[in-house]
Amino acid sequence: MRYERPTTLKAAAQLLAKEKGQAFILAGGTDLLVRLRTGFIEPDLLVDIKGVSGAKEIKKSASGFKIGAAVSGAELGEHAALKKAWPGVVEAANLIGSKQVQGRCTVSGNLCNASPAADSVPALVAAGAKAVIVGPKGKRTVAVEEIPVGPGRTSLKKGEIIESINLPARPAKSGDAYLRFIPRTEMDIAVVGCAVSITLDGKGVVTKARVALGAVAPTVRLVPAAAKALIGTKMDKAALDALAEACSAACSPIDDKRGTREFRIKVAGVLARRAAVIARKRAGGK
Amino acid sequence: MSGITVNTKINGDPVEFICEADETLLDVLRNRLGLTGAKEGCSTGDCGACSVTVDGRLTCSCLVLGAEAEGHNIGTIEGMAHGESLHPLQSKFLEHAALQCGICTPGILVAAKSLLEKNPDPTETEIRFGLAGNLCRCTGYDKIVRAVQDAAKEMRSGKSAKSKATAKKRA
Ligand SMILES: Cc1cc2nc3c(=O)[nH]c(=O)nc-3n(C[C@H](O)[C@H](O)[C@H](O)COP(=O)(O)OP(=O)(O)OC[C@H]3O[C@@H](n4cnc5c(N)ncnc54)[C@H](O)[C@@H]3O)c2cc1C
Ligand code: FES
Ligand code: FES
Repeated sequence: MRYERPTTLKAAAQLLAKEKGQAFILAGGTDLLVRLRTGFIEPDLLVDIKGVSGAKEIKKSASGFKIGAAVSGAELGEHAALKKAWPGVVEAANLIGSKQVQGRCTVSGNLCNASPAADSVPALVAAGAKAVIVGPKGKRTVAVEEIPVGPGRTSLKKGEIIESINLPARPAKSGDAYLRFIPRTEMDIAVVGCAVSITLDGKGVVTKARVALGAVAPTVRLVPAAAKALIGTKMDKAALDALAEACSAACSPIDDKRGTREFRIKVAGVLARRAAVIARKRAGGK
Repeated sequence: MSGITVNTKINGDPVEFICEADETLLDVLRNRLGLTGAKEGCSTGDCGACSVTVDGRLTCSCLVLGAEAEGHNIGTIEGMAHGESLHPLQSKFLEHAALQCGICTPGILVAAKSLLEKNPDPTETEIRFGLAGNLCRCTGYDKIVRAVQDAAKEMRSGKSAKSKATAKKRA
């Protein structure tokens, strides 16, 4: 196995495109090195992107935030402006692993590892985040929900690298939240995860909403019907009931040792309701 | 296979080593540099026995390649005591008998030091969450939590005593 640390994404993309054997991008390594150590993968080349200029930066502009591909979870949690604008995204990213894992893990890695239970991904999807992708054929930008296509599989082509995850600027009176259910209190994989992002008008009526679910389908799911249940309402009981129902209806989960199908379907609705109430509070609603 | 030459600082001292591309920092520390304080419990990021800091950030050294250490500052348990004088956390772990077999102890000390640097006065809950990445199969954690609380208290009073002393000097 070879290890390379290029200083530009272009060089990184070329290294990956040229490699005949198995090549992987190395960001925080908290998924990749586990798979390497346990013999799941036998790469010929690892391309470390932490040395790429700009990869470790969070940039704020009029159009929102640009999170470089090598920014760690801990660094996201320490960025006051980001935390204020997108508290749900930051809380979801900070749920990944222990303090030790937080020191390394990235949201791009969480997305590209393509686990249906990845914690930051529902929050990114609800936020309307975009992935900026650099590849041998140039740059393209896609909605984050288009990256994972199945457990462990992504739509990225050979040589393509996520340069940054971009979060839009927020209108006033907006809030987001992420909740997950785990049997332990820390260090566990989500049995169900749910993220809600909303914007309110001056009267407290929801004008915009996005709702996403994790661990209830082969990929994280955006649930437009759940958003529709909130838009135009003041999130009264009827609207929250409709939200929960839409979320439960969007689930096609598996049965496994961490949770049964029925349990996951039920809990998706419960978490959606709770996350929506937190998002409303953060948006300055009651 | 040809090795990779890596230049780092470990506990403040410049260190150069040669490693293979797939060798972890934990293996380098233990097998090449003789720094056997960091332990291998799982090698999958779950137990925290291999905890070190990289540029001041707590990390599992089993989930970092030796090659990734190039140009970075690594902190290990070996850098915690100053010569013969133990760090307050080390003394309090002894005093409270916060260890039995001791395999988890170096990792827990490194993690606890990192926790107290960010939060000098943590609640019990904050300590338990802060150390959730460190598993201990012997102590049941209670004594560890108490030792960390006690060390934190001593470190806070030590600091205030010191700042009082400098305040006096200034006056
Ligand atoms: C002890 C432990 C606990 C964990 N707990 C959680 C948890 O609670 N919740 C959770 O969601 N996850 C958890 N994880 C999984 C993991 O930490 C996360 O998925 C993390 O976000 C991965 O990020 P990384 O930067 O370390 O990825 P890496 O391991 O570096 O990469 C992961 C995958 O993505 C690819 N990749 C990385 N960056 C890019 C990029 N920029 N462009 C294209 N492809 C890329 C890599 O090639 C690799 O296939 C845990 C892991 C461990 C070891
Ligand atoms: S050996 Fe690194 S976390 Fe267990
Ligand atoms: S003292 Fe034995 S594992 Fe903690």
